[in-house]
Amino acid sequence: MTSAFLAPAPGARPSWSSALRRQVRRVAEAAVTPLEVDDVLDVFVPLRRGAPLRGRIVAVRPETADAATIEIKPGADWAGHVPGQYLRIGIDVDGVRHWRAYSLTHGPRRDGLISITVKAVPDGKVSDFLVHRATVGTTVHLEQAAGEFVLPETVVGQPTKLLFVTAGSGITPVIGMLRNLFPATDTGVLRLRRSDDLDIVVVHVAPTEPSSIFRDDLAALDEAGAIRLVARYDDTHGVLDVADLDDLVPDLAERRTFACGPAGLLDALEEHHRAAGVELFVEQFRTARVAPGEGGAVTFAQGGTVVEADGATPILDAAEEAGVLMPSGCRMGICMGCVLPLKEGSVRDLRNGEVTTAVPGETDPRGVLVQTCVSAAAGACSIDH
Amino acid sequence: MTAITRKPENPIAHLSDADIEQIGAELDAIRQEVIDSRGAADAAYIRKVIDVQRKLELGSRAMLLASVFPPAWVLGTLGLSVAKILDNMEIGHNIMHGQWDWMRDPKIHSSTWEWDNATPSEAWKHSHNEVHHTYTNIVGKDNDLGYGIMRVDEDQRWVPMYLAQPLWNFINACFFEYGIAAYDLELGKNLRTPKHKRSEAFKANVKGTLGKIRKQATKDYVVHPALSIPTGSFLPTLAANATANLVRNLWTHSVIMCGHFPEGVETFEKKAIPEKETRGQWYVRQMLGSANISGSKAMHVMTGNLSHQIEHHLFPDLPSNRYAEVAPKVKALFDKYGLNYHEAPLPAQVYSAWHKVVRLSLPNGWMATTNAKNLPSQLKLLYGMTTKGPKVRRAAQARLQQQARKLAQAA
Repeated sequence: MTSAFLAPAPGARPSWSSALRRQVRRVAEAAVTPLEVDDVLDVFVPLRRGAPLRGRIVAVRPETADAATIEIKPGADWAGHVPGQYLRIGIDVDGVRHWRAYSLTHGPRRDGLISITVKAVPDGKVSDFLVHRATVGTTVHLEQAAGEFVLPETVVGQPTKLLFVTAGSGITPVIGMLRNLFPATDTGVLRLRRSDDLDIVVVHVAPTEPSSIFRDDLAALDEAGAIRLVARYDDTHGVLDVADLDDLVPDLAERRTFACGPAGLLDALEEHHRAAGVELFVEQFRTARVAPGEGGAVTFAQGGTVVEADGATPILDAAEEAGVLMPSGCRMGICMGCVLPLKEGSVRDLRNGEVTTAVPGETDPRGVLVQTCVSAAAGACSIDH
Repeated sequence: MTAITRKPENPIAHLSDADIEQIGAELDAIRQEVIDSRGAADAAYIRKVIDVQRKLELGSRAMLLASVFPPAWVLGTLGLSVAKILDNMEIGHNIMHGQWDWMRDPKIHSSTWEWDNATPSEAWKHSHNEVHHTYTNIVGKDNDLGYGIMRVDEDQRWVPMYLAQPLWNFINACFFEYGIAAYDLELGKNLRTPKHKRSEAFKANVKGTLGKIRKQATKDYVVHPALSIPTGSFLPTLAANATANLVRNLWTHSVIMCGHFPEGVETFEKKAIPEKETRGQWYVRQMLGSANISGSKAMHVMTGNLSHQIEHHLFPDLPSNRYAEVAPKVKALFDKYGLNYHEAPLPAQVYSAWHKVVRLSLPNGWMATTNAKNLPSQLKLLYGMTTKGPKVRRAAQARLQQQARKLAQAA
C-alpha cells in the first residue's frame, strides 16, 4: 500500500518541491521501517487523504424498534455516490471484522456525511450490532459506493412516470433516491424545479405498519403530493399478489418500474412485467444462502483447478493429492504457513467443527483467510490460490 | 539434561496410553473454552498494546532528537528499549503465531505482520512456528536447543571447544537478533556447504535477511542520528539506539533461555518419537519441554506472555492475554497426572539456564565431582582433557562419570 500523503499530485510537473517531497517521504519511510508511513499516520489521522477508506460513526438514529439509521463521516477520499447505490462496510463485531453491503439512504449531503439504514434481521450478526450496539465514534472500514440501481440521468427534468415497488428493507435504496428528488426541511417536503415533471407511485410492502421503516417519510412525501404511496401491510391487506399491481397502479404500462426486495417478489415481478412487456430494473440484496454441508468441490481460482474433497480431508491434502502446489508448513494448525483466502463458500475447522463462510459482498472483499491444513470443505467453496 | 527415555526414572512412565489421550482431550477442552469466549475485549487488548507501542516509540524517538541533554537521553533510551521489547515480544511474536488472525483484520495478521527485528517475518515463522513448535525439544530436530552453537545435553559428546560456550552465549545474547537471523538461515550448515551447492532458497533468504538488516540498521544508526544533528545529538542518538537494541537483545535472550533451558526441562530422543505422534503425545511433549516464569502482570506483558511458555507451547495460536487465566487449569492437569509444572521467578530461571550452560561447557560429571579441596587436581584434569588427545579425554571422562555416579548414590 502506498500513501498519497506526501506524494506529488497526479499530473503535476516534477519540480523542486515535488522532488523535495519525495525525498522527505524516503527519509520518513527509512525512519519508521518496518512500518510504513501510513501505519504511523493511521494512529493520529485515520480519515486523511491517501489512507485506506474508513469512516467514523457520528450518529445512530432509531427508525423503528429494530431499524436504525447510521450516519458516517467518511474519510477524505470518499468519491461520492448516486442515490440508489450501496456501499460495503467493514465493522468489528465481537472483535471480528465483518463486511456487509447497505444502501445509502440519502443523496449526497451538504455536510459530507453518508448514511445507511439498517434493519436488524433475525440471527443477523452485523445488522443487530449496527442497530442495537453501535456507538458514536466507532471507526468503520468502507469501500467506495457501487451499484447500478440508480435513476437514469434522463429522468430528472423530463416528464417521466415512475413506479417503485419495494418490500421490507428494499425501501432503502429508493428512499435515497426520493430524498434526493424531494429534500425534506423543517417546513416540509421541498418541490424542486428539477423534480416537477416526475410522476411517482411507490408500492411499498411490509409485514406490519409499525415495522415498516421510513413509513413517516413516505407518508410525508405522499401528503406533499411528491409521490402517490400505496402501502400494503401483510397483516391488514394480506400478502401482496403481483397480479394486483394492475389494479393498484392502473397506468402501470406507462411507467418505468424500479423494484427492490426479496428474491420471491422480484422473480414474480419479472414474470409479470415480461408478460406485460413493461420495463423493469431490479436490485436484490441477499444472495441465496447455501447451508454448509459435508465436503464439496473446492475451486482454486487462480489456477482454475477444481478438486472434489470430502468433509473429513483437509483441503491442503485434497489439493496436493490433485497436484495443486500449495503453501504449507506444520500441518497441525500451529504455524500458519498454509493460510489462504476463502473467497466463497464454507469450510469446517476439523479441530472443533467451527464453520467459516465467505459470501462475496458480505465478507471481506479480499476473502476470509483460512488454514487449509485443518479446514475441510463444507460444501462447494472457492480458494484464491 | 538427558533425553527423557534415557533417564533412570522416566517422568512419564506412570502414564498409560489412555491417560495421555485423556490429557489431550482435557487440553483441547481448555483450548475450546478460550476460543468460545474470544471477543471484543481481546481485540481491544491487542489494539491497545499496538497503540501504546507506536506512541511510546514515536515519543521516545522524538525525545532522542534532543538526546544531547542527559535526561532526554535516559528517558528516550528507556522508552525506546521498552517499545522495542513490546514490538518483539507481545506484539510481533504473538501476531506471527496467528494468535490474532481470528479478528480478520488484515493489518494485524500473521500473513502481513513485519517486526523491528533483523529476521524477516517469513523466515522466522518457518524456523520458529513450524520447526521449533512442531518438534519442541527433540534432540537433533529442534535447533532451538542450543541454536546449533552450544552443548545443551549430556548425551552430546564433550570437546574442548565447549569450554568457551558461556562466552559465546553471552556474545549471542548481546547480538541476539543477528544470532536469530543467522540461526533462521541455518548459516552454520549452509556455510559448510560449497558455494555452488547452496540452494536457491538459501540464497534468496540471505538476500532478504541482508535487506532487512540494512533497513533496520539504517534506521537506527543513520537516519535517526542524522535527524538529531540540528541539536548536536548525532552521537547520543546513535548510542541510545545501540543501547536500546542491546537492552532488547539481552532481555529477549534471557526470556527465551527461560522457556526451554532451565534445569529440569525434558528433552526427547528422535527415535523415541512415534512416526505418527498423537495429539495427546504431542501435548505431553510440550508440557514437559517448557518452563514458566512467575511474576507480575507487567512481567507477563514484557515477556510477550512467554512467561507462560508452557501454556504458549500447548496453545501457540491462542491470544497471549488469555494464557494467564488458562494457567491454573493447566497446572491442575499437571497435578492430576503427577507431572512437574516447571515454574520459577525470572532470576531463578535465568540462573538455572546459565548454570546449565556452564555445567555443560565442562565434561559430564566435572562440576559434580569438584569441590574447594580438590579444585587444583580437577583443574589439572580438565587441562589434560583439553590439551591431550581424544583417548585421554575418553578415559578421564569415564572416570569422572563413575565418580559422579558414586557421589550421587552416597547422597
